[in-house]
Amino acid sequence: MKRTFSLNRHLVQRLGFGLITLIALGTVIPIVMVVIYIAVEGGPAISWEFITGFPREGMRQGGILPAIIGTFYLTLGTAVFSVPLGVAAAIYLSEYAQDNWLTRLIRIAIINLAGIPSVVYGLFGLGLFVLFLRFGTSILSASLTLSIMTLPVIISTAEESLRSVPQAFRTVSISLGATRWQTIRRIVLPEALPGIITGVILGLERAAGETAPILFTGAAFFLPRLPGSPFDATMALPYHLFVISTQVPEMPFQIQYGTALVLIAFVLGMNLVATVIRSRARARRQW
Amino acid sequence: MDKIIIESLSLQYSDGTESLRDISLGIREKAVTVLFGPAGGGKSSLLRCLNRLNDLTEVQTVSGRILLDGENILDPKTDTITLRRKVGMVFARPVVLPFSIRGNLVYGLEVMGEKRRSRLDEAVERSLRQAALWDEVKDRLDDPAVALSGGQQQRLCLARSLALEPEVILLDEPTSGLDPISTGKVEASLLELKKQYTIILVPHSVQQAARTADFAAFFLQGELIEYGDGKELFTNPQDQRTEEYITGRFG
Repeated sequence: MKRTFSLNRHLVQRLGFGLITLIALGTVIPIVMVVIYIAVEGGPAISWEFITGFPREGMRQGGILPAIIGTFYLTLGTAVFSVPLGVAAAIYLSEYAQDNWLTRLIRIAIINLAGIPSVVYGLFGLGLFVLFLRFGTSILSASLTLSIMTLPVIISTAEESLRSVPQAFRTVSISLGATRWQTIRRIVLPEALPGIITGVILGLERAAGETAPILFTGAAFFLPRLPGSPFDATMALPYHLFVISTQVPEMPFQIQYGTALVLIAFVLGMNLVATVIRSRARARRQW
Repeated sequence: MDKIIIESLSLQYSDGTESLRDISLGIREKAVTVLFGPAGGGKSSLLRCLNRLNDLTEVQTVSGRILLDGENILDPKTDTITLRRKVGMVFARPVVLPFSIRGNLVYGLEVMGEKRRSRLDEAVERSLRQAALWDEVKDRLDDPAVALSGGQQQRLCLARSLALEPEVILLDEPTSGLDPISTGKVEASLLELKKQYTIILVPHSVQQAARTADFAAFFLQGELIEYGDGKELFTNPQDQRTEEYITGRFG
């Protein structure tokens, strides 16, 4: 009697674990399917000309170079504004801020910033950067808009990794006559750096793939040349994909999927870099 | 001569717990003064006042004075950076910084702006010899410090404080995590070091207190119960509570 009961319990446990494992595996399926589907459909479109050429025939032929370059510029521009700001804010929150109403207000603001729909950022950027500050529809306006959207991601991951540096390092450093800033610069920041870089890349990756925030602030339908200054508008991969999928009649499917493939490769490539940095840092970690 | 004079020092943490009550104590220069007593007696709090490390904690109200060479270090105008150079500290758990052995030793000098390689090298060798670690690590100064054993790490921490050429060394149960052999090495270093430095030690046992003390102060629940010559205090305590603690009747 007892024996069968315990057998049953083992059986239930195995079934339970099996089910959980299946569900966990299930999360892998969509990403794998998306990547495979797009690779199969878009793969044939990829050629040297596609990567390095300009669109021709109303974008129905030719390449997508201006969109690739544009997305690169936008990502770079976003990094220029959001990384220093985000890391500085994270250092403030983790190392200097006291627990008072001001800090709590900042934290609530960051959380809510992360929850705002991206199209709202687009409208905000249009109002503030394009119109009020007269930056026009430009890489500058779009980068600034994307920066605001990216900040919460960067701040929260950077703060997290700063906090994970053992408190004892700080105490020891101070006891050896270092100032708080020296402690941060020489010990806390270097130790937290891999985590910060990972957060930065994850944030930028989201910025690189967004359409809505750049829709009104910097994205161009079609440009015959590459942008020459931060005040020029630019083509960008996600917006280009949107345009050729919805706005251009008789668009060859291959080009659409080819564009999607390039965009995914761009974003997953950044992801890969983040993963490598993280695992290397983990292997090197000495505490 | 007294290096440090503590005058009616009281300390309260911001959650209301009282840590030290009206402590007055003179700490003799170039000798080992032991602060001992049961846990929670305020010994560590007192240590952390002596290099103003309590600035980092949720203190509090502090009253009284601590005179180091005649200057009140509790004065808000005190330059804590200079103070902490003069008053080095070794913690209970060895905390090596995530650098090489040499990197740990030169850290304090580098943050105060010393760049000359010869000075840094000189400080590395001198401090390692003082902490009886030189022979064990001289060939691998550039190895990560975490690769050392626990006992070696704690001696490295001691050396790291000594590299700054402090005048006072505070040790907060420095051997609590060490085996008897490493403990012996640290204690032997202290005997040597007291010729040059003023040492204040919170020991991890009464035995260690008795072994090392030139002077001893017995703390109980934030109060200084008895203070005097080490040998005298451990063989012939004046206060009954001191006697009961030393003989192991409580603690």
